Amino acid sequence: MTTVKQRMLTGNKAMAEAIAIEMERNPNVFVLGEDVGKYGGIFGSTQGLIDRFGEQRVMDTPISETAFIGAAIGAAAEGMRPIVELMFVDFFGVCMDQIYNHMAKIPYMSGGNVKLPMVLMTAVGGGYSDAAQHSQTLYATFAHLPGMKVAAPSTPYDLKGMMASAIRDDNPVVFMFHKALQGLGWMDQLDAAVGEVPEGEYTVPLGKAKVVREGKDVTIVGLQMTVHYVLEAAAKLKEDGIDAEVIDLRSLVPLDRETIIESVKKTHRLVVVDEDYLSYGMTAEVSASVAEKALYDLEAPIRRIAVPDVPIPYNKKLEQFVLPNAGRIYDEVIQLMNE
Amino acid sequence: MTIPVEQAKWMYVTMVKIRYFEDEMEKAYGEGKSPVFNIGSGPVPGEMHLATGQEPAAVGICAHLTAEDTVTSPHRPHHHAIAKNVNLDKMAAEIFGKVTGLGKGKGGHMHLFDPAVKFSCGGIVGAGIPHAVGAALAAKMKKKDWVAVSFIGEGAANQGAFHESLNMAGLWKLPLIIVVENNDYGISVPKSASTAIESNDKRAAAYSNVAGAYVKDNDPAEMYRVSEEAVRRARNGEGPTIIEIETYRYLGHFQGDPELYREKDEVPALREKDPIVKWKTTLRNEFSVSEQEIEEMEKRAKRDVENAYRFARESEEPSLESALEDVFI
Repeated sequence: MTTVKQRMLTGNKAMAEAIAIEMERNPNVFVLGEDVGKYGGIFGSTQGLIDRFGEQRVMDTPISETAFIGAAIGAAAEGMRPIVELMFVDFFGVCMDQIYNHMAKIPYMSGGNVKLPMVLMTAVGGGYSDAAQHSQTLYATFAHLPGMKVAAPSTPYDLKGMMASAIRDDNPVVFMFHKALQGLGWMDQLDAAVGEVPEGEYTVPLGKAKVVREGKDVTIVGLQMTVHYVLEAAAKLKEDGIDAEVIDLRSLVPLDRETIIESVKKTHRLVVVDEDYLSYGMTAEVSASVAEKALYDLEAPIRRIAVPDVPIPYNKKLEQFVLPNAGRIYDEVIQLMNE
Repeated sequence: MTIPVEQAKWMYVTMVKIRYFEDEMEKAYGEGKSPVFNIGSGPVPGEMHLATGQEPAAVGICAHLTAEDTVTSPHRPHHHAIAKNVNLDKMAAEIFGKVTGLGKGKGGHMHLFDPAVKFSCGGIVGAGIPHAVGAALAAKMKKKDWVAVSFIGEGAANQGAFHESLNMAGLWKLPLIIVVENNDYGISVPKSASTAIESNDKRAAAYSNVAGAYVKDNDPAEMYRVSEEAVRRARNGEGPTIIEIETYRYLGHFQGDPELYREKDEVPALREKDPIVKWKTTLRNEFSVSEQEIEEMEKRAKRDVENAYRFARESEEPSLESALEDVFI
């Protein structure tokens, strides 16, 4: 009889473990970014790596995002496999040229002759009063621009498995991790930030959504933090006799439209929940995809819950008012079921 | 430091090849664009930035490079590409948008990539410098003595990427060389109206481990000598160098530029000092290369260019479906 050893890890420890395993497997994998060395990453994603691999492979950089993300591109073109951290996704404004004009386009402009096997990992999300310049998710901003795979896992298991896939992928991958799911001691302690993570190597594919709760009455699509809100709402809906199917998108690019459409064909109702801005965002893309492929399977209009096109406010109550939560999802589903 | 005769001859034949290439491109680009200039017309549509007159910067340093060394280049890339030994047929085909091109027709004149000789270029001012930093970092991590050269225009030295890159490359003593081609104009704005330093090599003083050197009057020999030292420093792990070369842009910023910002007699005066004409004299007088050999070199360069243009023109257009390929590999 074999016993499977189960461990509980925080999101950030799961990510760091994936990076460590890949650095062991492949000497071309290295990490660079602000405070990724002794600090271990502001959100803990590189903790312990410098002690194991040294400062030649875990490199603290100057506060020069254009230079160090550009350097990751240049190194990737030389066959290295850099993992570069953009501390907060909100900082993309100082370096977006490198990200979308170069990282995302060089493989295409070269006719596939230049590969850029690199990971741009970055922290997203709010909920802790960090205000408008440190709380965004910006999922759609990156997902809109062709040439980058975009991953946004919601559990420690997926953070580890999808990070391994991202590092092994020959394309640029934007790996978004949610601050609240990292298990940081200096934020609210969420159960969702800790989970079972197997030791050793495994991968979780990019571009594949997961049905995290099967149901027959309504499909609720979430991403990263909102998946946990959706699951909370689904548990409460169950008490009312409503059986929700919950989909964790896990990746924005490639987007697993098939899993969504298959589910909608079963449940005939759709609610999409996003921590990004409402207009032109993920909720719009998912809704449009369902309208194109499964409009006549719907028994009621699609409902969307997202940040209502305002910057993230500082005041705690204001911030909670604009972010999605389980209560709002529950209310929307109740209304939808009564239509 | 003396220049070996083989290098002097290589510099000549390469400068001539660049000049033929750009002259032919000037003509090809003009096809279908008269009497009314429409940027989207003709066999070579889009913007066209030619490097006629700027040959010495490219050959003076590329004479010291191998296929293992990296070159990044900006929106005016043909002279660098040719000096870095990019496949001329595929390069011409790419500029004609053909399926046989370096990027299967998806890149065009500003976006040429030839990984076989580690050449790349791009249309965003200053953006190639960090890529060269990354190539230099990769060389250091792989414990190779490869260097990375980033060509930029003098306008790009006012970009943040220039300073961020020099700070980081100086800090890490990376084998990076930035060649600033000072043709005196950022499109229409003269350097004197955009830049608060006399020459950009002096900016080396702002960063540890960074050296600076200035080459005046578009001089291939001086460019060769200064580059030799910069490449030696880089291969030896002594750190980056900024080389600024005073060079001459005979044509507009792009083809179709009315050039109302400079006097009519400026370019003829620059052409009087043509570096290729002068280098031919140098070859004869200082390197004792025979007239016959010079003629053979010129013929060879011309034949290579003619073959490349023929290849480009005769190549097929890409299939429409191919537009949907190569986003991901």
